[in-house]
Amino acid sequence: MKQPFPFSAIVGQDDMKLAMVLTAIDPSIAGVLVFGERGTGKSTAVRALAGLLPPILAVKACPVNSADIKDCPAWCEISDARVQSIATPVVDLPLGASEDRVTGALDIEKALTKGEKAFQPGLFAQANRGYLYIDEVNLLEDHIVDLLLDVAQSGENVVEREGLSVRHAARFVLVGSGNPEEGELRPQLMDRFGLSVDVLSPTNIDERIEVIKRRDAYENDHEAFIAHWQSEDATLRARIVAARAALADLQTADSALRRVAELCIALGSDGLRGELTLLKAARAFAAFAGDQAVTDEHIRKTAVLALRHRLRRDPLDESGSSSRVARTVSEILGD
Amino acid sequence: MTLWERAQLAITLLAIDPQRLGGLVIRARAGPAQAAMLAAVQSLDLAKVKLQHHMTVEVLNGDIDLTASLAGRQLVTRKSIFDCAPSLFILPMAERSAPQFSARICQALEEGRGHALLALDEGVEVGDGLPDALTDRLAFHVTLDDLALQDLSPMTLPRSLEDIRAAVRGVTLPAEVMEEAVILAASLGISSLRAPLLLGYAAQAHAALHARYEVTEEDLKLAVMLVYPHRATRLPQDPEPEAPSEQTNPAEAPQDPNQAITPNDLMIEAVKAVLPPGVLAQLQTVVKQPASGSGSGARRKGNHRGRPLPARLGPKNSGARVDLVASLRAAIPWQTLRKAANPEAVGPIFKASDLRHKRYEIGSDRLLIFTVDASGSAAVARLAEAKGAVELLLGEAYARRDHVALYAFRGTGSEALLPPTRSLVQTKKRLAALPGGGATPLAAGLAAAFQLALQERRNGLTPTLILLTDGRANVALDGSNDRAQAAADALMLAQKIAEAQIPALVIDTTIRPEKTLQTLAGKMRAHYIALPRSDAKSVSGAVSSALAHS
Repeated sequence: MKQPFPFSAIVGQDDMKLAMVLTAIDPSIAGVLVFGERGTGKSTAVRALAGLLPPILAVKACPVNSADIKDCPAWCEISDARVQSIATPVVDLPLGASEDRVTGALDIEKALTKGEKAFQPGLFAQANRGYLYIDEVNLLEDHIVDLLLDVAQSGENVVEREGLSVRHAARFVLVGSGNPEEGELRPQLMDRFGLSVDVLSPTNIDERIEVIKRRDAYENDHEAFIAHWQSEDATLRARIVAARAALADLQTADSALRRVAELCIALGSDGLRGELTLLKAARAFAAFAGDQAVTDEHIRKTAVLALRHRLRRDPLDESGSSSRVARTVSEILGD
Repeated sequence: MTLWERAQLAITLLAIDPQRLGGLVIRARAGPAQAAMLAAVQSLDLAKVKLQHHMTVEVLNGDIDLTASLAGRQLVTRKSIFDCAPSLFILPMAERSAPQFSARICQALEEGRGHALLALDEGVEVGDGLPDALTDRLAFHVTLDDLALQDLSPMTLPRSLEDIRAAVRGVTLPAEVMEEAVILAASLGISSLRAPLLLGYAAQAHAALHARYEVTEEDLKLAVMLVYPHRATRLPQDPEPEAPSEQTNPAEAPQDPNQAITPNDLMIEAVKAVLPPGVLAQLQTVVKQPASGSGSGARRKGNHRGRPLPARLGPKNSGARVDLVASLRAAIPWQTLRKAANPEAVGPIFKASDLRHKRYEIGSDRLLIFTVDASGSAAVARLAEAKGAVELLLGEAYARRDHVALYAFRGTGSEALLPPTRSLVQTKKRLAALPGGGATPLAAGLAAAFQLALQERRNGLTPTLILLTDGRANVALDGSNDRAQAAADALMLAQKIAEAQIPALVIDTTIRPEKTLQTLAGKMRAHYIALPRSDAKSVSGAVSSALAHS
């Protein structure tokens, strides 16, 4: 298989790239929803993200990538406490995946050959401490959505069926992409994504030409292209790691908290989740920018990402929610 | 260049570089033209695999082969159908693809295995056809419906494809050519960035076919005729159809960089030559039927959750769970016979025919939303009929799992007379007193019904809209008495209802069938029924039969 397209080589789409970087800095932001037209590089960006993320340390034999042997679930009976560095998992949840595949189920191989009742971990286990990517998320079957809602909320996967009783940690960043023309998303699922981005294909001719040129170079001059962009990716990775470290010492003044609350009230966004996410996103952005404290500027830059999918929708309102958020932001924070 | 020659060229180019071109859509009804093309494809030296719509998730994704595993007492896995050497996949009746199915094909095309797809689109109407996500990934699209029998000639493909294939990657693609491809795409309103790339590859393949080492204007022109016309949403001299409704970055909006660069007229002519007249105008009025899977309620039957149904024979459904008890029960009666035939076997002997699968039924009730015109013009009598119909329908609601809601509109707005309910008693009480008279705010009534339909659909009901009116809208959405605006608002809402795929029924209550109402029903994709002398029974009957057909 080819190396994925490098993250830094993606032309434009700054919102989408920023949103993904923010979740890499603070995984508790809990996800990115990328909605947009065809051929705008949605899935390219997610595949690229896998190559960008810094590696994590995980217990060698642990099916849920635990950092420490204490965290390994009891059912996997691990005695070897050695850890190894692995790439941050980015797991694909394919449409039409069965419930068993997603949550894990009875290990049929062991049941058949040895007559043992054992648990075979599913995608939720694989994605723990990493990313779970759903392409065409709006076409996902309802019963899988229900599973996802529960696990994304609780951070724990519980399987109680066919004589099995198993639980394990399942904390992951949810990344969904889709084309809104093909179907809508339940508000409940939308809410589980911390940030949301609307991607349009670039309107600028030069930018479009650049996209085509880079894609062509990627296809036809693969090695040189990858080598050229890998150093850029490394720089970005170093910034992410630095921002993660800086996050702990970052100051959040009460005035910033008040700003965030004011914004959310003015927009009438549902629940407190929007407020919390905006705060986290603004903090991550401040850390990424190398600043010491959260300012209005950071809030301004992240408000649309964190809030646009949380507004109560009016089917008759033609102007999109992005512009509604932007309008309110400039009313409250000034221009 | 005739249509048939174009089709032939498309197949040839695809055969030269299937990996990068992705594939070809042939839009044609089954017939000699389609058959001739398929025959040509069969003669290609590519591995060919036929896809079928009933292929289960296990086949598409690869999974444990349960039957073989049980029989062999060891784990047998089956590979995904896409897990093979680069092949040309043939998808018949592509317009019938379920969204999950086509999404899986898209993934397979992008996995980098070098697969290509030949989609046979037998769609009839303008709106139906292959899902856009799939069309976008396939370079070519040919429509063969307008061919006469005499146009057909046997297709001849070049003999030595091997040499051409080896040469195609070496063909130079000058930067100016790619720029021209991008500019042309922008001026034709093609937003996907896959299009210019595919165009470039098609031009390369064409150059290789003619043993050239660099893409020329001629190559590009021919490639344009194959790759761009079906993607075009406008022609360059047309004004912008509409500005993008959402500008994420307002600073970018004012200057349009496209204006500075004008595309090559020669190329535009090439596209125009291929486009049948009037196609673009048609495209703008037709709503592309969105795919219907939605992750948002309204599933009807499954094998995962809901009310359990009796277990079923055979692994017909994808992802179905084996009902162990039922399977054992099915196998036990045969054990003595099977043991006799197979004396050395230990334990119960299973056959594929013993497997029983769990099935569940998920309740998805229907919601009939009556939207009744209570204005002076519609005559108060209509209201009585609507009330009667609601009561009649509710009488059968328990048997048919229907809920009913009723909106009336008159004066300046609409009023929810009855929230979704199945209670007959409550309904009768509420319906007893309903005043009539006043103006006709059709748009407001539709808006209220539409909102309710969307909301209840998210709750898992399947809404159907039933509109009883004379269609003489005279109050706009903002409450003003502007007749033209009122009609425009009503049409806009009708369009939205169609886009949301809410089934609808329009009952015309005027003495002479109203033309404007027929237009409205068309926009809404609704059944239209003229019932000049309706009574409660006939309304209820019309609703029942229209619903039975949909």
